[in-house]
Amino acid sequence: MADFVWLVIALPLAGAVFLHFFGKYVKEPLSGWMASAAIGGAFVLAAIAAVPFIQGGGEPVTISLWEWMPAIGANFELLWDPLAALMALIVTGVGTLIHVFAIGYMHGDERFHRFFTNLNLFAASMLTLVLAGNYAMLFLGWELVGLCSYLLIGFWYTRTTASAAAKKAFIVNRIGDFGFMIGLMLVFTVFGTLSFAGIFERAGQELTSGMATAIGLLFLVGATGKSAQIPLYVWLPDAMEGPTPVSALIHAATMVTAGVYVIARSAPIYEFTPVASTVVASVGALTAIWAASIALAQRDIKKVLAYSTISQLGFMFLAIGARAYVAGVFHLMTHAFFKALLFLGAGSVIHAMSDEQDMHRMGGLMRKMPLTATTMAIGALALAGIPPLAGFWSKDEILAADFARGGWFYVLWIIGLVTALLTAFYIARLWVLVFYGEPRWQEDAHPHESPRVMTLPLIALAFLSVVGGLVNTPFRLGLEHFLEPSFEGVHIQEAPTDWLTLGILAALSILAAVVGVGAGVLAYRRPPERWRRFEESFEPLWGTWELAYGVDDLYGRTLVLPGRRLAEAAAFSVDAKGVDGAVNGVGRLVRGAGDWARPLQTGFVRNYGVLFLAGALVVVVWLVASG
Amino acid sequence: MVPVGWYMALAAALFLIGALGMLLRRNALVMFMCIELMLNAVNLTLISAGRAMNDLNGQVAVFFILVVAAAEVVVGLAIIVAIFRRRATASVDELSELRG
Amino acid sequence: MGKRMVETVIFVIAALAALAGAVTVVLARNPIYSAVGLLGTLFSVAILYVVQLAHLVAAVQVIVYAGAVMTLFLFVIMLIGVDKEEKRVEPLPRQRLWVGILAGAVILFAAGVALFGEFVWVPAAATAIDQEATNGTIQAVAEPLFTDWVLAFEATALLLTIGAAGAVVLAQFKRKRA
Repeated sequence: MADFVWLVIALPLAGAVFLHFFGKYVKEPLSGWMASAAIGGAFVLAAIAAVPFIQGGGEPVTISLWEWMPAIGANFELLWDPLAALMALIVTGVGTLIHVFAIGYMHGDERFHRFFTNLNLFAASMLTLVLAGNYAMLFLGWELVGLCSYLLIGFWYTRTTASAAAKKAFIVNRIGDFGFMIGLMLVFTVFGTLSFAGIFERAGQELTSGMATAIGLLFLVGATGKSAQIPLYVWLPDAMEGPTPVSALIHAATMVTAGVYVIARSAPIYEFTPVASTVVASVGALTAIWAASIALAQRDIKKVLAYSTISQLGFMFLAIGARAYVAGVFHLMTHAFFKALLFLGAGSVIHAMSDEQDMHRMGGLMRKMPLTATTMAIGALALAGIPPLAGFWSKDEILAADFARGGWFYVLWIIGLVTALLTAFYIARLWVLVFYGEPRWQEDAHPHESPRVMTLPLIALAFLSVVGGLVNTPFRLGLEHFLEPSFEGVHIQEAPTDWLTLGILAALSILAAVVGVGAGVLAYRRPPERWRRFEESFEPLWGTWELAYGVDDLYGRTLVLPGRRLAEAAAFSVDAKGVDGAVNGVGRLVRGAGDWARPLQTGFVRNYGVLFLAGALVVVVWLVASG
Repeated sequence: MVPVGWYMALAAALFLIGALGMLLRRNALVMFMCIELMLNAVNLTLISAGRAMNDLNGQVAVFFILVVAAAEVVVGLAIIVAIFRRRATASVDELSELRG
Repeated sequence: MGKRMVETVIFVIAALAALAGAVTVVLARNPIYSAVGLLGTLFSVAILYVVQLAHLVAAVQVIVYAGAVMTLFLFVIMLIGVDKEEKRVEPLPRQRLWVGILAGAVILFAAGVALFGEFVWVPAAATAIDQEATNGTIQAVAEPLFTDWVLAFEATALLLTIGAAGAVVLAQFKRKRA
């Protein structure tokens, strides 16, 4: 039935390969349309394959493609279950819209086709990750998306900041990857295989709680790298150096959710380790409020969204750490919609302002680009959690689940609630600063509404941001039923079922959202002098937030600098003097030996004769002496 | 009968004289003749030893050596002539291109 | 005079002649004299072959060496260097010193072995010397030559052919390249 699922990966891959080799012969918009068609086709196929799950009758299937390393249970096999299907639909669906948007956004770039090559390659890698039937293949996709992220962040590699950001993203991710890799080795030692089927079936018998905790924490290390959680989140704000569609696709909607996906996928392992789960939730809560507070004070429109993404990923961790896997994945989905929308809207603004990203130099753009302003308003409200938009349902479910879990999770719930307030405030600030008030832009800026190829994806995403939440409401738990086959045998934390508690919780989070949005609008609809003074009244806190708590600086001083010192010592002392010295020494030795032996070769045959005869005499003497 | 040792001593003397000539003379032709001397010395030992050991194979070996020596002389002299034509000299000391 | 006496006398005369010829080869300043000295040595060695009943080899020695090879030598000498006499001065530094040391070492070693050593020059034959078995007539030599050594024999034939061809190539005048 779902045998053709491999095509979901193969289509974007074929697109990437084709564009890599023949892209430069294809005229500009066409190559973008081809890439979009490849991923759009993948979306259609994924949707067809997902029909049985939507109807509620589908069973998870494993599709074996070919053998890779059978000894460790690592073959090219795809696991097609509701979770994978949902992820694939998000990746291909949002991906298609962003591809189309990028056709407009990247217009005129001289490496236009290369951009779409990389985008398609990313899509194929991400689909490999989510469709993998074992941890080895998952890890393959995991590394490939890291590579694509590197390529796309550094797409404008002539900017030093972009190539530095790309390197930073790659290196920080490698740190997380180490943890993940060690976790995978532990999994292999315990189960003797890396196949999902083999592991999850026997998790109950083979796994001690200590081992489960170790594996869970190591997976978390990997997830903090890929999903930008404390302490490895520092690469994501810098990753905004990439083209905005990249930020939308990779650094908001899809790749960064890989960590969430891996933990959700490994739910049968986390089942045995409440400790690791609690740590996951705590890290998520901490990251959520930490990043939200930073997002409050950013001036760069993309930086606000980047920190917002980190914060929202924290929310997802908060959910899956509380074993509310459905809520986490639900938020993953809605976040993909509205954050992609916000990023693309920001891209539209940046495009219109000729690459201006400072919100202090914007303002009043609503009149110039109404469509972007409207759609972004929808996205902002969805992020803030205003009902009935998508964000409200998922965020509310997370908070409700944490509340229901009780104990330590009450604390996390309060943190989540405060974060929701902050979130509503900063996103309102963003929208008001950009679209409302008097224009503050430069004389030579001529903002204009973006072409249809860019606004249509915005409209589509806005639509999804409005209705996306309705798939899983307390009134109709559609997604929960949909995902049931994926979490069979796993205890899932539900939201409270009695309507009173649920109502109070919902009222609280709506209150937080409304207060946040209201405060943001009220503070920033005033003239610039007033909100500047408002921001200054928070000093020195505001400055700390604007500098992102100085974490980059701290890492620079405590980790990067010693590393650099070590590298310099190795390069200029050990390598230059020791290794090179040894190599040169060998050369000099040979040369010296040659110089010393050189006079023997006089070129006079009679000299050679003397030596020859002497040698012969020695041989004869030796023969006679030895009898 | 003359003891085989006498023949051996004579052969050794011839060989040594040939070797010394090889090392002391510069004329390529004369050096070549010295090589022939040494070859003859070896032939003599083979004949004498073969006789002392009641073995005819010594004579067969000498036969082969004579043939090889003839071939060697032909080629060697051709080389000398070729060198002479190019360099107008028969002195090996002037051929030292292989100096290290 | 017994047979043994005759052999001894012939050996002494031939040996002295061979040594004289050899010394002439080394010491003569004119290559012509060297060639004549070599001729003497070759004849003397041939005589020693005959004494030891190696008739065929002796004949080949005279015909091939004294005849063909020496003729070739003389031709080449005529061609390139009759009048080129070597100076007695040794141009290579310390060459004579080293040759002297080496010659002294060889002589010392040989004398030491001959006088004090118990070195067996030639393992004694199991039986007394059999005149018949070692009589190097054409038939006697031909038999092992064409049975046990026939492959080597063929190889030498090939070698001679190649040598002749090589000599022709080497000695060919190189005309202006077309």
